[in-house]
Amino acid sequence: MAELSPARILAELKNNGATHVVWLPDSETNFLYVLMSEEPSIDLVPVSREGHAFSTAAGLAAGGKKPVILIQNTGMMESGDSLRGWGLGMNVPVVMMVGYRGWTRHGVITDTAAFYTERFLHAFNINYYLVESDEDADRISIAFAEAQREKRPVAILVGDEYHGFNVSR
Amino acid sequence: MMKTAEMLEIFNRHRGDAVVIPGRGGRFWVEMSEQPNRDLPLGDPAMGGHASFALGLALAIPDQRVVLFDSEGDVLMGMGALPTVAEKAPSNLYHFMLDNGVYATTGGQPVPNAEQMEYDVVAQGCGYPATYAIDNLEDFASQIEEILSQPGPVFVALKIDPDIINEPINARPQWQRKTRNQAVADMQAELGISIG
Repeated sequence: MAELSPARILAELKNNGATHVVWLPDSETNFLYVLMSEEPSIDLVPVSREGHAFSTAAGLAAGGKKPVILIQNTGMMESGDSLRGWGLGMNVPVVMMVGYRGWTRHGVITDTAAFYTERFLHAFNINYYLVESDEDADRISIAFAEAQREKRPVAILVGDEYHGFNVSR
Repeated sequence: MMKTAEMLEIFNRHRGDAVVIPGRGGRFWVEMSEQPNRDLPLGDPAMGGHASFALGLALAIPDQRVVLFDSEGDVLMGMGALPTVAEKAPSNLYHFMLDNGVYATTGGQPVPNAEQMEYDVVAQGCGYPATYAIDNLEDFASQIEEILSQPGPVFVALKIDPDIINEPINARPQWQRKTRNQAVADMQAELGISIG
């Protein structure tokens, strides 16, 4: 399977007019950091708790900007009330790129972070798309369009930790 | 100690055309504001998020002054937002925090370590370039002009009287005059912000 390249993800963000990336580092999207920090058209807003990402994004969106949230599934689950109140409650059309810690399409998922991720999204009625390689990357544009159309958060599950599990070895 | 309504009345004289997020002071602010289309009386979408929301808004509209009336309960719950505010350092953000020492909307139980907290020191330690602690109306009246005349982010801890609410949520008077989304839409129209 092909890699998910950071350049392709960044291109998707730029093509969709993202102005800010509100993020907390995680191992699945770590590879994006250097590229994003060097990209002048995107402003990085670092948060220390994922719940702050949803309220920050709500403020940015209220002011006419187009934020993207970049967090890990563990933090997304910790952010439930903020997602409810700020994200869904204020109809924020935001793409949340969620590092899918523990995800594998091979064998049995043993990490509870992965086990509960999609269940959590179902509970909040958040639609989501799995992105594992560049071949899936156009799903990011689909998520942007859906978020704008539906005026609510849409998730991208990034299943590529350190390019770890889907690279031929 | 100050009464929230009296403090807000003094602030209102110095508001200019700032966008105001009245936070826990919302029920008083909607009665006195003369520019409701520049107000975001959001109530409490989710506790602990007001500072981050105000940060996002301030970054998005750098030519507009953004004033937040946060609460100490919210700041305690979302204290990790303060370093982000300080790092991004929006010069248009004025972060007031109402400290009544209690969770007033749940019956008045004290917040953790209520008597010992020095929120201005916390904000200073997080990197806010200017911080204040004010515990009486006279000092607030004499310092508000100075506070608003300097570049943000500025943090102002205000000691206020608790306005404790003990009624069940469904029995409380509804002070909000429009929905959150309508308030946002009105502000966007007022400021000429295009969406999409």
